[in-house]
Amino acid sequence: MPVELAPLSPARSFQGLVLTLQRYWAEHGCVILQPYDMEVGAGTFHPATTLRALGPRPWNAAYVQPSRRPKDGRYGENPNRLQHYYQFQVILKPSPPDIQDLYLKSLEAIGIDTRVHDIRFVEDDWESPTLGAWGLGWECWCDGMEVSQFTYFQQVAGFECAPVSGELTYGLERLAMYLQGVESVYDLNFNGREGEDKVTYGDVFLQAEQEYSRHNFEHADTEMLFRQFRDAEAACRKYLDAGEPSGEDRRHRMALPAYDQCIKASHIFNLLDARGVISVTERQSYILRVRELAKACGAAWLRTEGGGLAG
Amino acid sequence: MPDLLLELFSEEIPARMQRRAAEDLRKLVTDALVERGFLYEGAKAYATPRRLALHVVGLPAKGQDVREERKGPRVGAPEAAVQGFLKSAGLSSLDQARIEKDPKKGEFYVALIERPGKPTPEALAEILPSVIRAFPWPKSMRWGAASREPGSLRWVRPLHSILCTFGPETENTEVVPFEVDGIRSGDVTYGHRFLAPGEIRVRRFEDYVAALERAKVILDADRRKAIILNEAKNLAFARGLDLVEDEGLLEEVAGLVEWPVPLMGTFEEDFLAIPSEVIRATIRANQKCFVLRSPSTLPLEGRVDRPQAGPGGGEAGAGLSPTPDPSPERGGAQAALSHHFILVSNLEASDGGRAIVAGNERVVRARLSDAKFFWETDRKVPLEARLEKLKSIVFHEKLGTQYERVARIAALAKELAPLTGADPALAERAARLAKADLVTEMVGEFPELQGLMGRYYATLQGEPPSVAAAIEEHYKPLGPSDRVPTDPVSVAVALADKIDTLVGFWAIDEKPTGSKDPYALRRAALGVIRLVLENALRLPLCFFFAPQFRSWSQRLAVRSGQIASGTGGTAGTPDETDLLSFFADRLKVYLREKGARHDLIDAVFALGQRSSALAGEVAAKRPEGGSAGGADGVSSGMPPATGPSRQGGGESGQLDDLLMIVRRVDALGRFLDTEDGKNLLAGFRRAANILRIEEKKDGRPYDTAPDIQHLRQAEELALWEALVIEGQAAREAVAREDFEGAMLALSRLRAPVDAFFDKVTVNADDPALRENRLKLLNALRAATREVADFSKIEG
Repeated sequence: MPVELAPLSPARSFQGLVLTLQRYWAEHGCVILQPYDMEVGAGTFHPATTLRALGPRPWNAAYVQPSRRPKDGRYGENPNRLQHYYQFQVILKPSPPDIQDLYLKSLEAIGIDTRVHDIRFVEDDWESPTLGAWGLGWECWCDGMEVSQFTYFQQVAGFECAPVSGELTYGLERLAMYLQGVESVYDLNFNGREGEDKVTYGDVFLQAEQEYSRHNFEHADTEMLFRQFRDAEAACRKYLDAGEPSGEDRRHRMALPAYDQCIKASHIFNLLDARGVISVTERQSYILRVRELAKACGAAWLRTEGGGLAG
Repeated sequence: MPDLLLELFSEEIPARMQRRAAEDLRKLVTDALVERGFLYEGAKAYATPRRLALHVVGLPAKGQDVREERKGPRVGAPEAAVQGFLKSAGLSSLDQARIEKDPKKGEFYVALIERPGKPTPEALAEILPSVIRAFPWPKSMRWGAASREPGSLRWVRPLHSILCTFGPETENTEVVPFEVDGIRSGDVTYGHRFLAPGEIRVRRFEDYVAALERAKVILDADRRKAIILNEAKNLAFARGLDLVEDEGLLEEVAGLVEWPVPLMGTFEEDFLAIPSEVIRATIRANQKCFVLRSPSTLPLEGRVDRPQAGPGGGEAGAGLSPTPDPSPERGGAQAALSHHFILVSNLEASDGGRAIVAGNERVVRARLSDAKFFWETDRKVPLEARLEKLKSIVFHEKLGTQYERVARIAALAKELAPLTGADPALAERAARLAKADLVTEMVGEFPELQGLMGRYYATLQGEPPSVAAAIEEHYKPLGPSDRVPTDPVSVAVALADKIDTLVGFWAIDEKPTGSKDPYALRRAALGVIRLVLENALRLPLCFFFAPQFRSWSQRLAVRSGQIASGTGGTAGTPDETDLLSFFADRLKVYLREKGARHDLIDAVFALGQRSSALAGEVAAKRPEGGSAGGADGVSSGMPPATGPSRQGGGESGQLDDLLMIVRRVDALGRFLDTEDGKNLLAGFRRAANILRIEEKKDGRPYDTAPDIQHLRQAEELALWEALVIEGQAAREAVAREDFEGAMLALSRLRAPVDAFFDKVTVNADDPALRENRLKLLNALRAATREVADFSKIEG
């Protein structure tokens, strides 16, 4: 890569990549949101995707979402695997006819020249058992590397999507590694400076990866987590009940707070799973319990203004 | 004659669906045309990642004229009926209708409807939208603003445009006008997504193919495959390498590109320390790349560990891996992998593909690093230390975990070992380790390497070669053409694995039905059959099934919280008799496919069926006899070499013995090919016919022994003597499993039988004589049953 690139060039810094994608999608009419302030396993869990994908109202948004996959922790020793990483998430509802072109232009925007690089759309259907959601789409390959997932949501929280949203998820670290030409995620230049001013991904996250791997695999308090799972589940139900419409207004009043508890339950389940304290048979039943919460929240959301129900 | 060109242009269609979709399109459109009377000369369909295309040649310009008479109401019928008739026949008044007379119904109206044949484009405009709307994609989706409303168009991925032209070969064509969910048909398509994305106007198929090719799209998947294969081979050849051909991968890759550009990449030679199967699986599954091999280098065997030993390590490295050849049967067939690979890009890149190759190499390197990591870390944990983890793998909800399964298979393999000639301790050891690789990182990543990785790891940890081999081979044979293991240890474990599966699923009543066989139980049974026959094993199936069924019924009762009531299975639960008859069916299928006469199989099985009920009883009685009281079905004593169920007596010895059934069928076939055999069969038939008629006439069977006092003629006596002597000889020969001998004994009946029918009148006037002669015929029928039920033999 040429040295004279500006620090905020997507090929020079991790943050440059994020900023470029944000700017690109902002220019194409997306609301640029900030990460959801809860632990989630993927950008899809953000209510701006899960809930907004339901109901008839148009919605275009993009945001970075820190994603936690407790089981993927490798104590900072694997150059490609992290228990905490970033996704860049775009949701376009309804999916515009030129969504593939928009995506390809976003790759151009971050410096992937489609006359030199081999971009491919390879079948990859998506399903989230915990969210009761599925869609059809592809993994997007750049020179044999999966750089994004592209999904047309067909169902979310057990409800048909009408209209269908298009969801794009960029794996930011992987993309940045490719653009910067580094072999380890920890070597990524984060801020685009050189010499003493240079901050790497490792500077920012290596310690966290080590500590959280210990936590996720060895020390997370399982008794507490089991309790918290039950609490979150109960709270979700409670808030859904409490938010039921009263009087003239037919709308549900607490779909969002209830959904927070569903997210929480999902993350706690992931932690328990990483700790290896959930057996195979129990696993199914936990997933089912989270899905029931997601379905109930989706049903409530469809009875809110955001879900398309007029007062 | 005009041609039709149809193209459905969409976002990327999954590679695995393209060929089938093209075929469906061809069939649906041409069927609909034929149904409406439009015949055509030929049709071919094509698919690329972004389009399905159909070319129908030699269609008529318009359909045939139709003349149709429609009967109306009687003259003087109510006004409403008349109006309805006029409307349906398209008439404005009754003046346009004819009046006909019928002797029964009187006068009634008849309308003559003449419809000129519909122009073909009009018919197509009706046919095509409904074909598109109801297209049988394995998975389809909705998209865009239209998906707000229910009933919007579904397609495999968003459909963007439809090209549809119709017209003669030389003149201008016309667009067949129709619309599907807002997409209007036209004469425009698009080229390669990146190399030539512009619009292309098309008149007919010849233009279309040529224009697409100029726009960097090869329409025909088979041409794309040929290009890939050819260029990949050339690239390999230029380096002095051979392409490892892979038809499945080729088909898939051809469905991922419109303009195939094969390129060669490399990875570090260090990675060749990983087993070649792993390299290939990694590169194939994740990267969809082809691997290459050096044609004349060392065969794969023996090199697996050498790179690790390193130059300084020398033979010291061998101490870590006592058996340097973990894969003895692989050698020779497969030369060493090269550190080059072939990728197939979809782009003629402006830098000649340098960036593409570099990017792919990067990913391959990362993948191989993972694989190498798995290969190295997996080996740090001995296989037996992994067994605990099998507790977390559920084999089947009702059949428990892999851990429990391993315990059962190990016990069974140990029991089976003496029959296969294996050392029981080795068989048990192999079975215990057989599933351990399921919880290795490598198999977690590449499930298709199960067994093989176990073999590698077992070899590296110093297991005896037969144990290591059995770990890989116990899954075999996987199908009718898969190789059958011959090593006695492998055979014992392979049998134990399959018998455990079969008995388990039978015990929970999950048998295959019709076309449904989700647990591949037919394949398992065929596996047992082939293992037994091809290794010429004496395996009394019931002896092994029965205790397994008993312990399952106890286990299942305990699991479901019931109190085990006695030891027998609950009524209606399938048992060993049921499983045995499943085996009989599978064996028949197997023998038929091998070319054995089905009637001979039936003739032998008819004996088995008669007495398999007996075998069932014998087996079922065994527990009360108290030999196998243990709850987990491990009986203490080994079956005597002659086969334990023979203790039940006589011919039941062969009932569940696959090898003996097959030998009997063989011997019977050979016997019937001889003159003696044919004549004896004729004599048997004559006897059976007479008996059938006379027994029916008299309303009684003649199934007791004849009275020697009443044997008057020399031929009668001679036959009786022969029946006694040869019947006994046949019975003894069968007991010795000497089927040729039994047939030989029967063949000696031929002469006395022929003489009897020549000289003796069966239906004698003296009733006592007649009765006795019928009984004599019955004795003949009974004697043949020593070897087979001759009544089932045809021809």
